[in-house]
Amino acid sequence: MSLRHLLDTSSLSRQDALAILDTAEEMAAVSSREVKKLPTLRGRTVVNLFYEDSTRTRVSFETAAKRLSADVVNFSAKGSSVSKGESLKDTVQTLEAMGADAIVIRHGASGAAAQLAASDWTEAAVINAGDGTHEHPTQALLDALTLRRGWCPAHGRPPRGGDLAGMKVLIVGDILHSRVARSNVWLLTTLGAEVSLAAPATLLPKGISDWPVTVHHSLDAALAADPDAVMMLRIQAERMGGAYFPHAAEYTRRWGLTDERLTVLQQLQMGGTSEPALLLHPGPMNRGVEISAAAADSPQAKILDQVAHGVAVRMAVLHLLLSQNHDDGSTA
Amino acid sequence: MVETPPETAQVMSAGDIERALTRIAHEIVEAQRGIDGLVILGIPRRGAPLAHRLGEKLQRIDERFSRDAVGSLDITMYRDDLRSGGARTPEPTDVPPGGIDGATVVLVDDVLYSGRTVRAALDALSDLGRPAAVRLAVLVDRGHRQLPIRADHVGKNLPTSREERVFVQLAEVDDVDPADESVLITRGGRA
Repeated sequence: MSLRHLLDTSSLSRQDALAILDTAEEMAAVSSREVKKLPTLRGRTVVNLFYEDSTRTRVSFETAAKRLSADVVNFSAKGSSVSKGESLKDTVQTLEAMGADAIVIRHGASGAAAQLAASDWTEAAVINAGDGTHEHPTQALLDALTLRRGWCPAHGRPPRGGDLAGMKVLIVGDILHSRVARSNVWLLTTLGAEVSLAAPATLLPKGISDWPVTVHHSLDAALAADPDAVMMLRIQAERMGGAYFPHAAEYTRRWGLTDERLTVLQQLQMGGTSEPALLLHPGPMNRGVEISAAAADSPQAKILDQVAHGVAVRMAVLHLLLSQNHDDGSTA
Repeated sequence: MVETPPETAQVMSAGDIERALTRIAHEIVEAQRGIDGLVILGIPRRGAPLAHRLGEKLQRIDERFSRDAVGSLDITMYRDDLRSGGARTPEPTDVPPGGIDGATVVLVDDVLYSGRTVRAALDALSDLGRPAAVRLAVLVDRGHRQLPIRADHVGKNLPTSREERVFVQLAEVDDVDPADESVLITRGGRA
């Protein structure tokens, strides 16, 4: 591991990605023990700096840091000095002066985390927890962990050390605004998966032809191409009824995982094995819009596994970033 | 100061390692007066294959010894030198299905040096359960303890200076032929 910050998956090497996933495997084992705590980051401080609302990601990072015995400081922009007009620089320098060892940042501006890492405002390790429509690397890592835990055992291999070579992953929904989709496209491709996208043309970004993906303009056609895993993205309320698509019901009819499409999904199997295909959703779900209640509760849905894997992946990232300040290669 | 070229000597051969493990297995059975309640946990990386070899020998001594009672205990997350040591991907921790509560746990490692690895292993064990007793078996004890820790079963006591380095090469970890397994000591230079 040579990473100092985790800013994106587009520049994450295959080796580093596998190191994070393998570490997360061991962290997941800790979460199933009676004593769910490790002393690793005792005395270190992790700051959750959240400029956008997020309960899931913040709670997940907080749980991860606490399981590693770190002290956690939560800083949300609402009701803070930010609403009095403090700049990002001043906020971060204040946190630095308080002794933050890692800063987990979510910000509405794409590139905010990279700006923080490139600046001399702080010595802390920076972890991007979502920046604008750019990236959300830990979400992609937890998705990759979930996919690998299905894909490798289906082929009779242990997940540890394995990759996603040959796995066909379909991502459905609002690709244009989705940092989850972007991070997943880069990471899953790095790990050897074949990624395809299905979305209305209005919700695909410009320059999509340069992405290493196949684009489907119909969900039914995409499902007919035998994906090994389907990832449904959340449709945000503010996009509905606007220029992107006429109406939520219209979206559901053409792009939602309805009960009828669920019966198609249930027939799908993972790459030549008899194991059923996987269904993922980053949450929070709009039941009845992009995913039907029956689909969300089906045995193929790995949505709660994703939540558990989120804690494991974030523990792995915090451990790997915070325990390598000076690499002198000494061993006991 | 003159930089001397590194000088490597073999202190244990594959046969020596094999005989030392056989003796340790008998010592464990003798100390425990049998094999009841024994759990053998190797500390990755090289302690893990050593633990499995000890398990095979224990089964040869008493066939009631179950290979399920052999596992591994990773201590990466319990080290006190994480800030300076560089991050390492943790190895699997694999505890017998019966757990370790009330068992006599024998920790197995290749080299006992500062004692810090064993300290970390004791912390890791206490998060997994409460063994009745914990014992320590090592292939090589090279001295220079920094903590009040000693081994119960030692393959070879090896007086060393701090400048020397000790290498254990095992087939499972180091990609050497089983017949070429060895314990090496290097003097001078930087290995």
